[in-house]
Amino acid sequence: MNKIVERKDLAPSLIQFIVDAPLIARRAQPGQFIILKVREQGERIPLTIADFDREKGTITLVFQVVGKTTSLLGQLQQGDSIPDLVGPLGEPTEHPQGKYAVCIGGGVGVAPVYPEAKGLHGHGYHVTSIIGARNKELLFFEEEMAGVSDKFYVATDDGSKGQKGFVTTILQQLIDEGQPIDFVIAVGPIPMMKAVADLTRKHQIKTIVSLNSLMVDGTGMCGGCRVTVGGEVKFTCVDGPAFDAHLLDFDEQMRRLSMYKDKEQEVKE
Amino acid sequence: MADKKTRKHPMPAQPAEERIKNFNEVPYGYSIETAMEEAKRCLQCKAPRCVQGCPVGINIPGFIRKIKEEDFQGAIDVLKDKNSLPAVCGRVCPQEEQCEKLCVVGIKNEPVAIGRLERFAADWAAKHGKTEVEPVPLKGPKVAIVGSGPSGLAAAGELVKKGYRVTIFEALHQPGGVLMYGIPEFRLPKSIVQQEIDALKKSGVEVQVNTVVGRTITVDELMNEEGYEAVFVGSGAGLPYFLGIPGENLNGVYSANEFLTRTNLMRAYLFPQWDTPIHIGKKVAVVGAGNVAMDAARTALRLGAEEVHIVYRRSEAEMPARNEEIEHAREEGIKFSLLTNPVEILGDEKGWVTGIKCVKMELGEPDSSGRRRPLPIAGSEFVLPMDVVVVAVGQGPNPLIPRTTAGLETNKWGNIIADEAGATSMPGVFAGGDVVTGAATVIKAMGAGKAAAEAIDAFLQSKKGGKE
Repeated sequence: MNKIVERKDLAPSLIQFIVDAPLIARRAQPGQFIILKVREQGERIPLTIADFDREKGTITLVFQVVGKTTSLLGQLQQGDSIPDLVGPLGEPTEHPQGKYAVCIGGGVGVAPVYPEAKGLHGHGYHVTSIIGARNKELLFFEEEMAGVSDKFYVATDDGSKGQKGFVTTILQQLIDEGQPIDFVIAVGPIPMMKAVADLTRKHQIKTIVSLNSLMVDGTGMCGGCRVTVGGEVKFTCVDGPAFDAHLLDFDEQMRRLSMYKDKEQEVKE
Repeated sequence: MADKKTRKHPMPAQPAEERIKNFNEVPYGYSIETAMEEAKRCLQCKAPRCVQGCPVGINIPGFIRKIKEEDFQGAIDVLKDKNSLPAVCGRVCPQEEQCEKLCVVGIKNEPVAIGRLERFAADWAAKHGKTEVEPVPLKGPKVAIVGSGPSGLAAAGELVKKGYRVTIFEALHQPGGVLMYGIPEFRLPKSIVQQEIDALKKSGVEVQVNTVVGRTITVDELMNEEGYEAVFVGSGAGLPYFLGIPGENLNGVYSANEFLTRTNLMRAYLFPQWDTPIHIGKKVAVVGAGNVAMDAARTALRLGAEEVHIVYRRSEAEMPARNEEIEHAREEGIKFSLLTNPVEILGDEKGWVTGIKCVKMELGEPDSSGRRRPLPIAGSEFVLPMDVVVVAVGQGPNPLIPRTTAGLETNKWGNIIADEAGATSMPGVFAGGDVVTGAATVIKAMGAGKAAAEAIDAFLQSKKGGKE
């Protein structure tokens, strides 16, 4: 049982919990995730650790209400407890060589990219951050991201805030302007990560993406989270969740994420 | 019955056409009368050979005599003296390869139904037996057990009897390991596993779920910071092997681990009342022919598949599953595509499985395992149309603990290296069960857990002695 010490509604259907989890906070590293279950009959779902405070013994989770489990989770209030929470899982993100980092977060993917930017910034890297959303109502963590970035950009699909367009629109501009970029870390929907990978491949910029694969146990036991990376099969839960974007089979991953789409409908109805 | 003396008393069971529609246990178990009759078949040998076949050394004639004498509490006491999980072992032990194989009655006739009698005594005790556990004052050193499967439960049971303060760390949200996530409800009801775990808790064992040793906390931290003076690692064979053929990442391809975990632990068969989904399909192929493959095939049928095939590259004689499991599968209408080797999984344009391309095999000379090596027959490729494929070709040891514990030596397959008593390359760290031996049986893992408990006791005694 892990108590929710603070709940904050960041945007419509986008919720942040700060959860009491001292054992997880003690060891958590940027890039790692937890698995939770909200009720006895519940499904186990992975969520990236969006922040952690070792002294207070808390971790931050951000989630979008999209299915059964996240909607049940969204009904929990400050003071309630999450019945089952396990972590930290996955490998911490390994950073490529170089000093100039670009951190890109799209949609709810801003949450997992925040600890990356924060970690890099804390270690003296030059951090440029780009966050994107469909519109300004769906943007969150702007202050947080700006606070750990040397340069900070916003893109919205409809232009209601920042640059009109996608995160890649801004990344393209930075490349065109000749800004030094040693590596990119991008987290967001698969099409966004794939677009970033396509762009950086052309310019030979090392790029790391983080996956949110379907999984059950999160310890390498089920193999449900398999991905193909450079022709080899890897498990997101124990080998990832971060992988080299230029070696990753995004189409396969996209397809595997849709495995239970019909069942999700069934649950909602 | 003419063959009362020569044959085991059969166990009544759910008819095949009924049971494939539910997840309830298949055999019902002996009645009191049948159990007492069967117990009379035991010759009460002075030097019982059956005991030599038992990995935990149960006094088999002893418990059977108690059943014959209608002293069922006495029977369960004899069993529990050596085996903390008789209700589990009575169901899932391969008795035909162990105790019953050596039974003297079995030389001319069918051996005594030791497994069925063990199950009878355990089930009687669950209903009528004394439930209070004599509380042992726990004041010994702290011992950590990693994993709550058969080896961990057995080790915990022995250690708590000796007065150690025992904590089991379990990665999943529910203890029981493979007994909960792997073995299906219809073969081992989860309520039985839960009873055994509750009994352990009552005797003073602490169980901490949702804790992944190697991630949440390391073996070194348990010993250096948390005050555990010994650690037993029983983390199991939790790494599924795949075939390494094209198409294995198509939607609709599962490892047996995932297929069974979704169904057993997460109760996908109760979807949508329970939240975890599973893709069932009309035609299901299970690749492999071990006990796990039989479990997966019979599970697929109960989930509603219309046709389920076991696809196996060798012949019937080489199938590693227990005969009883193969028989049950056959009765239920599982089809056996033998001497058939998958070479590619085929999919549609949306990435869903449509079939398996296979090649026909023939048996050649014996290979290193002593089984005749299957060889492909040139030009015999054909397609089995399927919409779900479950890969059940074995599991390796879970690598998390070796990876995060410097100084814990493993072999080339990643198994932790431990001696007979469970001692590893690290002082105070013991290991047993599938993480040491590779995937084996529940009872062998329990035997290893028990042996390690003895070794841990000896280690901690000598440590204490050294200090004084």
